[in-house]
Amino acid sequence: MTDYVPIRARLMVTTEESPGLATLHLKVQSETPFTFQFGQFNMLSMFGIGEIPISIMGWQDGLLMHTIRAVGRVSTAMIGMQKDQELGLRGPFGKGWPLEKFEGRDLVFITAGLGCAPVVAAINYAVAHRNRYRRIVILQGVKHHNDLLWQPKYDAWRTMGDCQVLLAASEESKRKHHWKLGLVTALLDDAEFDPRHCAVMICGPEIMMLAAMPFLQKHQVRDEDIYLSMERNFQCGMGACGHCQIGPHFVCRDGPVFHYPDVKPWLGVKGF
Amino acid sequence: MEKGFLPRENLSQLHAVLCQQGYKVIGPQVKDGAIVFDGLRDIADLPWGIVEHTEAGAYRLEDTGDNRCFAWNNGPQGLKPWLFKSQQTVWRGEATSDGIRFKSEQPSPQPLAFIGIRSCDISALYLQDKHFMHSAYADPWYTAQRKQLCLIAVNCSRSNDTCFCESTGDGVEATYGYDILLDELDDGYLVDVKSERGRAITAALPLQPGSQQHHKQAQRQLKNARHQQRVMPDAEQLLKLLEHLNDKHWQDIAERCLACGNCTLTCPTCFCSKQEAEVEPVSGEHHQVRYWDSCFSEKHGYIAGMQLRGDVSQRYRQWMTHKLATWQAQYDRSGCVGCGRCISWCPAAIDIVAEANLILGDDHD
Amino acid sequence: MLQRPLKVAIHKLTSCSGCQLAFINQGPKLLKLLEFVEFTHFIEAGLFAPDQEVDVALIEGSVSTHDDLKRLVNARQRAKLLVSIGACATSGGVQALRNMADDKENWKRAVYAHPEFIEELQDCTAVATHVKVDFELWGCPVTQQQVTECLRQLHAGVKPKDNAEKLCMECKRQGNVCVLITQQAPCLGPVVRTGCGALCPSFGKACYGCFGPSEQPNCESLTNRMTGFGLMPNDIVHRFAAIHSQSPPYQQQIARWRLQDLEGSD
Repeated sequence: MTDYVPIRARLMVTTEESPGLATLHLKVQSETPFTFQFGQFNMLSMFGIGEIPISIMGWQDGLLMHTIRAVGRVSTAMIGMQKDQELGLRGPFGKGWPLEKFEGRDLVFITAGLGCAPVVAAINYAVAHRNRYRRIVILQGVKHHNDLLWQPKYDAWRTMGDCQVLLAASEESKRKHHWKLGLVTALLDDAEFDPRHCAVMICGPEIMMLAAMPFLQKHQVRDEDIYLSMERNFQCGMGACGHCQIGPHFVCRDGPVFHYPDVKPWLGVKGF
Repeated sequence: MEKGFLPRENLSQLHAVLCQQGYKVIGPQVKDGAIVFDGLRDIADLPWGIVEHTEAGAYRLEDTGDNRCFAWNNGPQGLKPWLFKSQQTVWRGEATSDGIRFKSEQPSPQPLAFIGIRSCDISALYLQDKHFMHSAYADPWYTAQRKQLCLIAVNCSRSNDTCFCESTGDGVEATYGYDILLDELDDGYLVDVKSERGRAITAALPLQPGSQQHHKQAQRQLKNARHQQRVMPDAEQLLKLLEHLNDKHWQDIAERCLACGNCTLTCPTCFCSKQEAEVEPVSGEHHQVRYWDSCFSEKHGYIAGMQLRGDVSQRYRQWMTHKLATWQAQYDRSGCVGCGRCISWCPAAIDIVAEANLILGDDHD
Repeated sequence: MLQRPLKVAIHKLTSCSGCQLAFINQGPKLLKLLEFVEFTHFIEAGLFAPDQEVDVALIEGSVSTHDDLKRLVNARQRAKLLVSIGACATSGGVQALRNMADDKENWKRAVYAHPEFIEELQDCTAVATHVKVDFELWGCPVTQQQVTECLRQLHAGVKPKDNAEKLCMECKRQGNVCVLITQQAPCLGPVVRTGCGALCPSFGKACYGCFGPSEQPNCESLTNRMTGFGLMPNDIVHRFAAIHSQSPPYQQQIARWRLQDLEGSD
């Protein structure tokens, strides 16, 4: 782990997931092994350009994976990096999904918007440790069909045993195979899982999280079985810079994955 | 221990002893129309005879011609700039033919002795300690300097119109956190010692026993200082601010608020910072630099593609509800120590106490 | 990241050329800059090739004459990116004060010995009024740091980082005592963009706004406050009718307090 001073991470491969979205496979230049939880994040920096928080996507063949969407100056520069170029890396920071605690339960993943890396990382983990969990339900909402990133992953999950993948598009006029029209919350009624033995993991806009809650309640899901991955401005990752506060919580330190009852009063409150 | 008495003509010896013991002495001085803490070469440079008059959006010095040097209450900054620096390089980097290299930025603390620190500033220091030092990621620069502080506090003998420390529970009388505490009297100083560090200093001073008269005068002064105009609601009341998040009054404040950040940067407990990637133009060395930031800045609540606090009303609300209410869950008390700096140094003359009372008051909206 | 130097042209429209000096006055830093920048057109440095294709055109000066406009359009066509530099290019500058004059012909005669040579446009305007601007560097003049940082980031292939923070932030970081509070000085810091390093306040003087409007400037509230310091409406007009008189937030205050002034004199 590294906190104030970055360590070097060398870009070995960049995989383009879709236009403007790429996974960087990084060789972490450190003598100690890099350990992390899914849902945690690193601060990645490029010299003279800046530093940004990026959720950890996973670890494969000795390389750390970060999926980055080109939305700002720094992220755009990062997905344009050449092989063997190096970045600075601080982390991992924050709390991840307590996936070990969820063993023996149904897992319900709810995401909306463009690629939600923290949830995809958790799904990957659950799939890799399939026998530890019961049913897997994946609900994803997007505006348009083409907005669905990681299409091949979703197709693979759909054909996996005891796994339900439900997709919704809110701004399409025509229904497509496997798709429902409307918001992700509309999919909850079709989701088949045991509400008394489940863990619900949500990532995406807070307005979607808020909208999902009445549906979950209706299906008898208890608040304490719901976890959320929140997003805020992180400058330090260590609960010091003050930017990421939501009410009394420092999202970078107390989250970004929160137990729903802890942030319930603050969820979706405008301006926090 | 009995308090000692240091006659006024011996005050220079306090300065001399501090210097002998290797401290750089930092003391209050008049600079650009305010009381400012800076390197103190001689006690003649202390603000003799000076008091300040403050109100919302105004600060003015007056030379009363009397023989006191601690009759003022505070200036634009407390201890914050000395520990949590307004600009701090956090690492340096170099691009080589074999990739990039990082260098940590070592702290460069020095023994600093502050003369004239007030109770509110000590409370603020302890709050910043909790944030910067007693966290899982202790700030190395803050921590290193913090360990080398000697604090010679002074009890307030009067209060300014913008002071409200009595209502925040911090008070005009320093009760903890100092090495030496002075009460400034007509003819000298009552001297109390709290720490070993302090005792090492007072042992070298020509102290006389404090008389009953001295103690009486000190008590009288404190009693006088406890009369304050402004009253901040108590901690429990302040939590109720969170029940007023949709109050129309936030908008009314925003019409006046300049979102300039002055309140947050003069606040002795505000801790926000941002980081910038910089390049030294000649050497090409890369610096990651941490700067004081403010929740009033547009970029504070910005994440790619989303602005959390676009309206200034939301920013003022974030500042006030954090400082007075949600801070309590973070650090077991409100983040306000009643120094009144955010009131006097607000260019728009916004008064946090008045606004908090208005929002919590029954009879509005 | 470009593997070759960034080709840069500096075009001068109506201006004092002070922003070009931000490059020339750099000393050793200029040599460092030349490691990744190749100037093709730069009058102040003796390079003349306005028609050459470039990566970046830096535009100094306002559009005040027909010729300015013609050359600006040409510069835009020959550059991949266009950056306006300095107060004149970003908001019209000092010379845009003429837009507010009631009697423009008299002004011209008062200023020029041979007004017949001046073929000015109706108004003096910012570059962005006429062509697409990719980035703006504010300031009168711009600083060495601003121009270098901007070109370095463009060479690295990223959009330069903008900073429209209020000047008060930098002023406080420097430990200056606020002149607005201690002197009731009509300091524009709370509505002015950072960049100068809080130069005037660090010498005890009120900011007069050479970097133009900051993010979300609440000029309404600041000017209300100034009346409390004893400023008359006309004083407030003069505070804002200076270097960035044509920037919308300042323009609004000029109009507002001019009206107050007229009403007051009735």
